[in-house]
Amino acid sequence: MIAAEQYPKVYLYRRIVQAKLFIDNNYADKINLNNISDEAYFSKFHFIRLFKSIYGKSPHQYLKYVRIEKAKELLKNKVSVSEVCFLVGFDSISSFSGLFSKVVGESPSLYLANHQETKKRISQEPLAFVPGCYAYQHGWLENSNFEEVDE
Amino acid sequence: MITKMSITNIHVIDQDSAYDFYVNKLGFKVVDDIPMGPDTRWLTVSPPEQPDLQLVLFPVKVSKMFPKEVAENLIDLIKKGIFGCGVLTCNDIFATYEELKSKGVEFIKAPTKEFYGTEALFKDDSGNYFSLQPINNFGNENDI
Repeated sequence: MIAAEQYPKVYLYRRIVQAKLFIDNNYADKINLNNISDEAYFSKFHFIRLFKSIYGKSPHQYLKYVRIEKAKELLKNKVSVSEVCFLVGFDSISSFSGLFSKVVGESPSLYLANHQETKKRISQEPLAFVPGCYAYQHGWLENSNFEEVDE
Repeated sequence: MITKMSITNIHVIDQDSAYDFYVNKLGFKVVDDIPMGPDTRWLTVSPPEQPDLQLVLFPVKVSKMFPKEVAENLIDLIKKGIFGCGVLTCNDIFATYEELKSKGVEFIKAPTKEFYGTEALFKDDSGNYFSLQPINNFGNENDI
């Protein structure tokens, strides 16, 4: 059991966590961070400070982070740049493209192209992407003689 | 000179279910997901802020590597929760506890103050347990 003094602000944590999960679930919509803070805590300033101390980012920074991470996932799955832009809640391709390039270090279209290239190479020679010892133990290598060694 | 650990194993019972647990519940990132034969994937994930450590979600099933008896015994032990997979670090243990619990993660111990710091224990979908601790338990906040 946890003593009360060790866990005094459980309701507060729940509110902050709810706000974080709200962002996780609604990043694609035009969500209003003011409403989140209204619902999560009384003072916006206090809410932002608490959120940041828990998640290391302000709610707005966190929302941007979630959108870029989702964009990376979608681009890896070959969704077009313009589609991704709207699927992750951006209004314009230029603002999406600008933020993505700044955070990831390459433009969304280059990111997509690079991933298609990697995927192609993986499908051509998957074993080149798996550490040899694992491939060997699993018998994925043609000349694997794991069983013989075992005896 | 050895510099880092890059890849290590977590033995799991079902890869699809483990994918859901580590990615959708814990928030880990998929690094590799490469089909290797009809019913095996090379599946690795990383903790969100540690992209250079890959955890192989390694399925235990009868194969060249695991003869029937070995696989059955190992699955039995994993389900019983014999294997601990290590310590996971978070910014705020109470918030992380609330979040994971709300996503249906099974905790064996709620955040509790121990002599070494505050710790919680939870199980993955196979039965492997992890210790959850805040960064300051080991004073390594500069590494994050």
